[in-house]
Amino acid sequence: MTVMAFDEALGRFEPVLGLETHVELGTASKMFCGCKTTFGAAPNTQVCPTCLAFPGALPVANEAAIESTIRIGLALNCSIAEWCRFARKNYFYPDMPKNYQISQYDEPLCFDGYLDVEVDGETVRVEIERVHLEEDTGKSTHVGGATGRIQGADYSIVDYNRAGIPLVEIVTKPIPGTDRMAPEVAKAYATELREIMRALGVSDVRMEEGSMRCDVNVSLMPRGSSEWGTRTETKNVNSLRSVERAVRSEIERQAHILAEGGKIIQETRHFHEDTGTTTPGRSKEEAQDYRYFPEPDLVPIAPDAAWVARLKAELPELPLVKRKRLQAEWGVSDLDMQAMHNADAIDLVEATVAAGAPAADARKWWMGELARRANESATTLADLPITPADIARVTELVASGSLNDKLARQVLEGVLAGEGTPDAVVAARGLEIVNDEGELSAIIDEVLAGNADVADKIRSGKIAAVGALVGGVMKASRGKADAGRARQLILEKLGVSE
Amino acid sequence: MSLIHKTAAELGALIAAGETSSAEVAEAHLDRMAEVEPKVKAFLHVDREVTLAQARAVDARLAAGEKLGPLAGVPIAHKDIFSTHDMPTTAASKILEGWRPPYDATVTARLRAAGLVILGKTNLDEFAMGSSTENSAYGDSHNPWDLTRTPGGSSGGSSAAVAAYEAPLSTGTDTGGSIRQPASVTGIVGMKPTYGGSSRYGVIAFASSLDTPGPFARNVLDTALLHEVFSGHDPMDSTSIDAPVPAVVEAARHGDVQGMRIGVVKEFGGEGYQQGVLNRFHDAVELLESLGAKVVEVSCPTFTTALPAYYLIAPSECSSNLARFDAMRYGLRVGDDGTRSAEEVMALTRAAGFGPEVKRRIMLGTYALSSGYYDAYYGQAQKVRTLISRDFEAAYQQVDVLISPTTPTTAFKLGERTGDPMAMYLADLCTIPSNLTGNAAISVPCGLADEDDLPVGLQIMAPVLGDDRCYRVAAAVEKALESRWGGPLLKEAPAL
Repeated sequence: MTVMAFDEALGRFEPVLGLETHVELGTASKMFCGCKTTFGAAPNTQVCPTCLAFPGALPVANEAAIESTIRIGLALNCSIAEWCRFARKNYFYPDMPKNYQISQYDEPLCFDGYLDVEVDGETVRVEIERVHLEEDTGKSTHVGGATGRIQGADYSIVDYNRAGIPLVEIVTKPIPGTDRMAPEVAKAYATELREIMRALGVSDVRMEEGSMRCDVNVSLMPRGSSEWGTRTETKNVNSLRSVERAVRSEIERQAHILAEGGKIIQETRHFHEDTGTTTPGRSKEEAQDYRYFPEPDLVPIAPDAAWVARLKAELPELPLVKRKRLQAEWGVSDLDMQAMHNADAIDLVEATVAAGAPAADARKWWMGELARRANESATTLADLPITPADIARVTELVASGSLNDKLARQVLEGVLAGEGTPDAVVAARGLEIVNDEGELSAIIDEVLAGNADVADKIRSGKIAAVGALVGGVMKASRGKADAGRARQLILEKLGVSE
Repeated sequence: MSLIHKTAAELGALIAAGETSSAEVAEAHLDRMAEVEPKVKAFLHVDREVTLAQARAVDARLAAGEKLGPLAGVPIAHKDIFSTHDMPTTAASKILEGWRPPYDATVTARLRAAGLVILGKTNLDEFAMGSSTENSAYGDSHNPWDLTRTPGGSSGGSSAAVAAYEAPLSTGTDTGGSIRQPASVTGIVGMKPTYGGSSRYGVIAFASSLDTPGPFARNVLDTALLHEVFSGHDPMDSTSIDAPVPAVVEAARHGDVQGMRIGVVKEFGGEGYQQGVLNRFHDAVELLESLGAKVVEVSCPTFTTALPAYYLIAPSECSSNLARFDAMRYGLRVGDDGTRSAEEVMALTRAAGFGPEVKRRIMLGTYALSSGYYDAYYGQAQKVRTLISRDFEAAYQQVDVLISPTTPTTAFKLGERTGDPMAMYLADLCTIPSNLTGNAAISVPCGLADEDDLPVGLQIMAPVLGDDRCYRVAAAVEKALESRWGGPLLKEAPAL
């Protein structure tokens, strides 16, 4: 596929973004029946007459899901409907048991909000059109064929465990004016949204498991024009990084087509992680008429104003506010804060500080040694087998002089290897700094005896050579000596003063 | 008198007193079914062993001292749209041929718990769409009064079974008149409770905002007893009303219209109505006046728009409700030979599995909900619905109940209207307004039409949760007429 380089594309066109995000709520039961929602259960074991759409079965709305949706709406500064209804979205698909999805149409539960996101220290306000509640479909697996998609498959199998899991759809208004920051804005929005969901505790928002899914809408308009272009909707965007790449890829692809005098087809496109590009899906021309109408099997939702007020009052501190507070408390730069944010380290650093570590030390370990190890083992900081309390203990041992940084790294290595708590690793590996002056003195004597020539040089005034002897002491003590004290003692023994 | 001719209340009392057993009563009815079913064809599924096993289990529960209520041990026939875990449930459609639900409808479950024994599943118009049972995929049911005529519909199997003494009680569903019209044309009692007063859970949906399960019996008290047993709030049905069941049994025991204000709906009568039907209706009006009611004429002008509004709303909802019959998870599957896509199999299955009337309504509803047409059709029909509600509200400011003929004609001949859907739809002219507004309404026999000696029904309509008013008036009418006739109207029916 021929594309136009990003910089050139942005020179000629202005992008308009739009994001539709689906978040699976972490309720114990499904949206309209009592089935469990556990991820990864054996196929078709969390099903009942209602979520399999057996004849005569009826839905009953999950109140916890309604509450979560209202909390999401409030966190996104939305108005909450005083009265609204579910609607049926009618279309045939084998993974949708009723062949209609219970969703919301022109009466969303939450509407007209915004979310502020930060990109390169600049705040961008993303307007939220609506937040509504619906149910998920089953999951189709297409067997045979090269692509894993339905085209060319030999057969398909459907797991209805997912059918009926509560799904919140968060739709932005069109986002103009992001210019060359469009990919970053899209990613920052998705990131911020994910953190809000976590802060609210309403979803585990694991994009790789599909509990948060982003559809990315992109259109371009020629610079100087005010008329928006035709948009495409890219689905299957399964990571924050992919959100950014999908926007970039669509801008480059559309710019090329428009520059050649072509037209953008309004269509759904699929993002491919491996190539970072999109391919066409269903075209809107063959799109369905969903024949929405109010769901007659359910009664309207009319949230009590006092209840909504209470939910609003009980909202937790939102991530952006929290980051600003922590940044001030920790006294770190914008750049460092951004780095921690990007590495998903803020909560970990916060917990480490809460466990007693100085902020600078907590940040140093998580963003240094541990980030390196997470990277090496292709995992995330949060998934490393080490706790903030462990890090706090290590910093305490360093502060008390029991460990130096080199030993501390060995302790962390032991903890990560499953050898137990930091104290257990110190004991088992014998990693404590040698504080016994007699033992240190003996080691130094040994090193001096073996390096008489170096000792002579130092005595004759080449004090810089002491480094070699200190190195020898560290080596002989297998790193456990206090290097500063060793240097002092060597100079004393040689009768040299600095 | 043989067991099959007793009322449900009498049977319940005899069983409770140990003078007969549930098994004996069930057997008597099964024998009656064996005798007359070839003529009446009320049932789609009968399983003697399942029925007798249920009856013996109830006898054992009673013997163990369990308190089960007034209808314990009494047999009942269920319209084949109520899910039953031990019998097939087909909605009289090929698409559900042989479908055995893994669960019971709430109505079925409550009746089982109260000790009622299931005699079988009765015929209906496919998915309850029709007024004659002629839309059943499994053949027509016949009116016991005249086997060449329809027993009404859609719950025609249930009305025929009760009128033919095959069952003392039966269940039906009323979406546009599907209980009241069959009750009217077979000379029995049929009640559409307040919408939300009886649970829809496990009842195969036709039009969700209209479908109302309800009872059939040969007299008002039995109807009320059955009504009371299965009604009441069901957390499995969100549209179920969380309020006490109106005192229907009490009302049925003490029929009395002294001082009641009764409104005759001005718009229901005249052209298109059979003269014998109008005659019996006018007799009923005089009777009510003679019993001390104050009868006035009430105009409800929007009622004439109810039929077209209904034929937009009901098909719209059905087009969506019936989408689930797609061959993927249960029911008929056509064309799955390994060469066709899921969508092709869905289309072939639905083409083969649905009958013409069901397809007609799915098409109508799909069209009415389509983008660009929604406002003009479905949206407009919902507005009409609101106007009809206002007419009812205004009427109930003046009167306690409204009355009309239940249906414009007596039972029509099988085949007479099958080629003319509009003529068929007119059977529900008087019953539809109560469905659109969720009001309660009952049909009670009020005599035989002069032209054909076939039963005529009187419809009594009451406000939401005013079900007891329907029973109160119906019981008064029944009492007065039975004393005039020297027994129930059904004794006039020819022997089968």
